[in-house]
Amino acid sequence: MRMLRSILSIAVMASALMLAAGNVSAAEDTNALGSNLGPNPAKAFKGEQCVEPVDVMRREHMNMLKHQRDETLREGIRGNKYSLTECVECHATKSPEIAGGNIRTVKPFCAECHKFAAVKIDCFECHTGTATGTRMRNLLKPKESGKNEHSENAITVGMLENFLDNKAEGKK
Amino acid sequence: MAGIDINTYKEVDGNGTDYLSLIGWLGVFAAAGVGAAFYMETQGHVVTGMSNQIVWGVPHVFAVFLIIAASGALNVASMSSVFGKNIYKPLGRLSAIMALSLLAGGLMVLVLDLGRPDRIDVAMLEQNFKSIFAWNIYLYSGFFVVVIVYLWMMMERRFNKYSKIAGTFAFIWRISLTTGTGSIFGFLMARPGYDAAIMAPLFIAMSFALGLAIKILFITSTYRVTERALGDKLLFQMRNLLGIFIAAALYFTVVQHLTNLYAAEHMGVERFILLDGGIYTMAFWLGQIVLGSLVPMVLLFHPAINRSCQSINAASMLVILGGLVQVYIIIVGGQAYPLEMFPGFEVSSTFFDGSVHSYTPSLPEIVLGLGGVATALLIMALAVKFLPILPLSLSDAAVGPANITTKEDE
Amino acid sequence: MTKTTPTALADEKIDTERRRLLAAGGAVAVATGIILYGAGAGARPKGQPASSAQRWGMLIDTNADPSDWDTAISACKREQGWGGGNNPATDPQWIRKVSIKNKSTGAQATFPVMCQHCANPPCVDVCPTGASIKRADGIVLVDKHICIGCRYCMMACPYSARSFVHEPVHNQKPHMPRGMGTVESCTMCVHRVDAGLLPACVNALNKKGSKAIIFGDLNNPDSEISRAVSAHVTRRIREDLGVEPGVHYKGI
Repeated sequence: MRMLRSILSIAVMASALMLAAGNVSAAEDTNALGSNLGPNPAKAFKGEQCVEPVDVMRREHMNMLKHQRDETLREGIRGNKYSLTECVECHATKSPEIAGGNIRTVKPFCAECHKFAAVKIDCFECHTGTATGTRMRNLLKPKESGKNEHSENAITVGMLENFLDNKAEGKK
Repeated sequence: MAGIDINTYKEVDGNGTDYLSLIGWLGVFAAAGVGAAFYMETQGHVVTGMSNQIVWGVPHVFAVFLIIAASGALNVASMSSVFGKNIYKPLGRLSAIMALSLLAGGLMVLVLDLGRPDRIDVAMLEQNFKSIFAWNIYLYSGFFVVVIVYLWMMMERRFNKYSKIAGTFAFIWRISLTTGTGSIFGFLMARPGYDAAIMAPLFIAMSFALGLAIKILFITSTYRVTERALGDKLLFQMRNLLGIFIAAALYFTVVQHLTNLYAAEHMGVERFILLDGGIYTMAFWLGQIVLGSLVPMVLLFHPAINRSCQSINAASMLVILGGLVQVYIIIVGGQAYPLEMFPGFEVSSTFFDGSVHSYTPSLPEIVLGLGGVATALLIMALAVKFLPILPLSLSDAAVGPANITTKEDE
Repeated sequence: MTKTTPTALADEKIDTERRRLLAAGGAVAVATGIILYGAGAGARPKGQPASSAQRWGMLIDTNADPSDWDTAISACKREQGWGGGNNPATDPQWIRKVSIKNKSTGAQATFPVMCQHCANPPCVDVCPTGASIKRADGIVLVDKHICIGCRYCMMACPYSARSFVHEPVHNQKPHMPRGMGTVESCTMCVHRVDAGLLPACVNALNKKGSKAIIFGDLNNPDSEISRAVSAHVTRRIREDLGVEPGVHYKGI
């Protein structure tokens, strides 16, 4: 009898939790409408359209990033679309509280939901969360057609880089 | 033989202030160890004495010491279950408990000294089966399972008949485990101080001695404070065994160095350890050889003094000290001697190539290491209070006839 | 090999090669005074994995002007974002200048040592989690996502090539994540190589007109590095260990 009662009370608690969870997800959906109940991540610094629809990004971004990180690092596949650097590039925002508003960082954007969900992320222990401009990124971007142009490509891109370096160093 | 049945084992009372303060102090040390690790992880390993040249320091010394002692502690159980030496049968349960707790303490130190201990789940999930380290993860976790099953077979009367097979399996497992631990060093081809197959048997011989020394100290002190009977027969038996184990460890050490001395390419590292390595040379001759091996053997074998409990305890303490020193020389000394990147050349660089690397243990490292020791002792102390581990009596009558008889035993 | 090809002849061959490549590089290269060799170092198209058809390697000329090594090291620091610490024993060094002196003859040489990108890397063998990896094209890397900081690879490396990050790191380069508690080493500028660029050290040397380090594909018999290593006897550090490093040294 006591056993039955405890099972019952567990069931009641569980359903209460599920209801609460339902409310949370409902609250998340209303964020776009400006509700203050849930996390409210800032609009992207640039661009209107992420690499996938917003709801897909919210659910799947961690899997996409994890999948691509292994492909990039271990297999050397470059240029696929779920790139953490690109996340930073678009979603990093300036805030007067961070470095006096002089840098764009993605950390507040990530923290908005991650604090709410109490999920600790490890990305920025190593990766920079600061947007650093596009020059180097563009240089390092894989070219759409790479066949048999390798050496020419290298020379052209390397030259461009050197040109920019020299310019930056004040030489001509 | 005297009746060894379930009723002869009994929990210690453990209600006195002495016991409680012991538990308290061990708890404080264990907590301090965790605190030290937390400090190291938040500040970075820069607060330790370790560097890019000495990458494993005092925490590894304690961890390896505890891990090999763990496998050695199980030996006394194996002596009775596997090799039929019934005199050790009353100590079977204690051996298993000591093995488990020493391994837990050692692994705690090992894990907390990682650069990213928060990623311990990664170590469990992602494994490179070419790595001896990855094998060790299985050997260590498997050891817990195997020893717990063995303990269960010994403690559950219905299953006593399986204790021989469980014990045999545990014995094979522990030999593999110590082989794995020794091979962590034996498999390092680049380091002149390691890179030798003898590391595995050397570690096994050391484990026999260390595990038994810790067990002798634990038994003599526990039986004194609990006022239970401890007869000379068992004590002397363990004494003789300890002497043989010390000799075995010494033998492998001698062979290790003789073999290296014969190879011209290893002259440098041998000179360093045996002749002009400063602290390491002193630690080797004074700590490992004289205090850790020769003095204990005299204490254990010299007929004028080897019948006293004090001698045996002193010898056990010296063996533990010598073992710690030996592991220190292997781990830290082996790294302090520079890599031979250009044999025959003088080498120098901003990265300290070619020069003997310096290492000074820092407080957090020592506290972490001692925290592991405290954790192991804490588990043992709690186990003997809450489980029927310790025999009520280890008097000569209770332990039954020894299979090996010596002059003193008659 | 050297017996039949005197050094002078070989050098001349390389000079010819330099002129040929310069011409191929086009007018801009000459105009800006940049010497760049793309031979073999092609950008891999988007979405394609590194391939074992290539084996990236380096040839280091130990007789080069010693100031070249400072150029290479500072270029590496700038590119990858390491250096600048105050703790010599614990600060990471991805590439360092090593001086050797023959004990009996007194002959000396100075040259850089970094990750040798072994074909049989001991660090990869010993890594418990598989964080130490060798890419299909021979570049040895640390996957910091799963590195637990056990430092066994540092024990195993015959070249002391790896560093443990002892302190918190800030302001990492976007292409080079670095973090406390993990191990790191020379990546052969994998991010640049994949984009068809030369490693930063080689690029910096080329910019100042030095050929002290040649980078390229050892599997491609027509690459500059392959021609160079077949023209001269080169040595690799601790060849006796059988780890087959990808970094060759000329002149030691």
